[in-house]
Amino acid sequence: MHVEVRGLNKKFGEFHAVKNVDFSIAKGQLIGLLGPSGGGKTSILRMLAGLETPDSGDILFHGKRVNDLPPQERGIGFVFQNYALFKHMTVEGNIAFGLEVKKWPKSRIKERVAELVELTGLSGFEKRYPHQLSGGQRQRVAFARALAPEPQLLLLDEPFAAIDAKIRQELRSWLREMIDRLGITSIFVTHDQDEAIEVADEIMIISKGNLEQKGTPWEIYKNPQTPFVASFIGESTIVEDVSSLRGFEDARAWPGTKGLIRPEYVEIGKPEEFQILSATETGRVKHLQFRGSEWLVELEVGSTRLVTYRSLEKEVLHPGDEIQVLVHRAYLFNDNDSWIMENKLKEDRMYVEI
Amino acid sequence: MSSKFQNRWWGWGFRSAVMLYFIILIVLPILGIYGQSLSAGWQAFADNITEPLAWKSVQLTVIMALIATVINIAIGTMAGWVLIRYRFPGRSLLNSMVDLPFALPTAVAGLMILLLLGPQSPVGHWAEQLGFSILFHRPAIVIAMVFVTFPFVIRAVQPLLEELDPAEEEAAYTMGASKRKTFFRVIFPNMLPGIVSGAMLAFSRALAEFGAVVLVAGNIPGRTLIASVYIFGEIESDNAAGAAAVSVILLTLSFLILWLVNHLQSRRKTA
Repeated sequence: MHVEVRGLNKKFGEFHAVKNVDFSIAKGQLIGLLGPSGGGKTSILRMLAGLETPDSGDILFHGKRVNDLPPQERGIGFVFQNYALFKHMTVEGNIAFGLEVKKWPKSRIKERVAELVELTGLSGFEKRYPHQLSGGQRQRVAFARALAPEPQLLLLDEPFAAIDAKIRQELRSWLREMIDRLGITSIFVTHDQDEAIEVADEIMIISKGNLEQKGTPWEIYKNPQTPFVASFIGESTIVEDVSSLRGFEDARAWPGTKGLIRPEYVEIGKPEEFQILSATETGRVKHLQFRGSEWLVELEVGSTRLVTYRSLEKEVLHPGDEIQVLVHRAYLFNDNDSWIMENKLKEDRMYVEI
Repeated sequence: MSSKFQNRWWGWGFRSAVMLYFIILIVLPILGIYGQSLSAGWQAFADNITEPLAWKSVQLTVIMALIATVINIAIGTMAGWVLIRYRFPGRSLLNSMVDLPFALPTAVAGLMILLLLGPQSPVGHWAEQLGFSILFHRPAIVIAMVFVTFPFVIRAVQPLLEELDPAEEEAAYTMGASKRKTFFRVIFPNMLPGIVSGAMLAFSRALAEFGAVVLVAGNIPGRTLIASVYIFGEIESDNAAGAAAVSVILLTLSFLILWLVNHLQSRRKTA
């Protein structure tokens, strides 16, 4: 289903939960609504479902305005954060509910339930009650139940929040696969950026009721359009005075501009590890933290504190070591504008070499 | 709790004290009644029970209590629903007034009904004109029983409704269920255990009511004399065996109901 939203607004009393949000979603896409808790993501989802009425703005499904349609008539499936399974019904009963309500013939209900039980890997659990299932199984029942009446749009509210980390990983790829197979347009809400980046075709970053940016995970990472997006996605350090870093002296032309530097923008090593040594400067290792698959290195360049990663294959560093630091790029922003600045010395040198 | 109280002598002492308390206060008197009623043998017990007035009073009590329970199921379920789901001025006052019948001496309740429904009152007068009288007739018994057992169903339904996740209802809506269907297929099944256990407690309490009923029923033997008043009368006329026989029937009914309620509740907990 093609979904379009125009100028959507929602207030709860004095609190402006959703501010003038516009977006459109192509058929068959999996969209992640990502942002901090209380940012308005769930309100947007609930308005799409018809569980909440917008104060202003239009919601269009297939180009038709659905604002005045109740949830019963929107042709959606909704997976709730805590699943909201019917406690007094078995797995089968839960999945069949939407079909019985829609007065499907008995034989087709049976077929459809069997199909979904198979699809969600719940065979053998049909007669169980929700309290007899694990968190992951409940999640799959909720998913099967929402899909049963063949909705055109699937909405998922923090679908993995209540599941422990290890199974969450499994379920994520399972969900991705399932949605790919069914080709159903889906929107899910999450506050976990890894989840959004891993699962979604496109991410919409929502903060304080505003849609900050919409794009593929790679676009958003590479080209953040607002300081909020830049700092929310990935890890980063804010540097007050970027012009003090070697290669970024030009930043002095914009007073009041700060820099955001990601760990992966920074390269460190012994002098012999660099090809363009002139673009590096000397720093000092402050602190090392073992991250399981790499080192997280905190270092000081002049008075600036930076963070970067270092491969476990490379020579082990120690706090206090002197080291060469190359900052590849910085994301600069001030009150009006934001842009990405590459290390000038590095670019110059590459130009000369060609 | 300090470790002193977990000491096994203390534990033993506490347990024994509680046991003793139960035995002296509850078990012994109950056994006494069974003993008393059977002291003259089974034949005498059967005679006491089948004594027409005794049997009629038991029958009347059960029927009146059943009617009162049905009324309480309907009104109690509705009241519980309204008090939880609706927000209106005076809601919390109403909610706290639900417990009034528990707190009020039942004789006061009886007096209230007496004044409210007597022939001099507008309601009594109006009923008289329509050709039937409430006071000193069976309707008065039902009214007294309904009043006294009013809180049971409400208080049993309320926590279940509060517990119900609103998302369950919303889930039903998103799957296409109307409000009516959602009520009958999602909300009502969640309320049912409360309705059942509340109704059973109300029934058992209605069977036992004395104070409110005795003032309004008229107590005509064979017509408006309920079991508890019959017991009182038998004691007054020095027929302890007759009183004990009817008591045994009431007691056994109460036990059965209590056991059923417990059974239902434990099933709900494991379910």
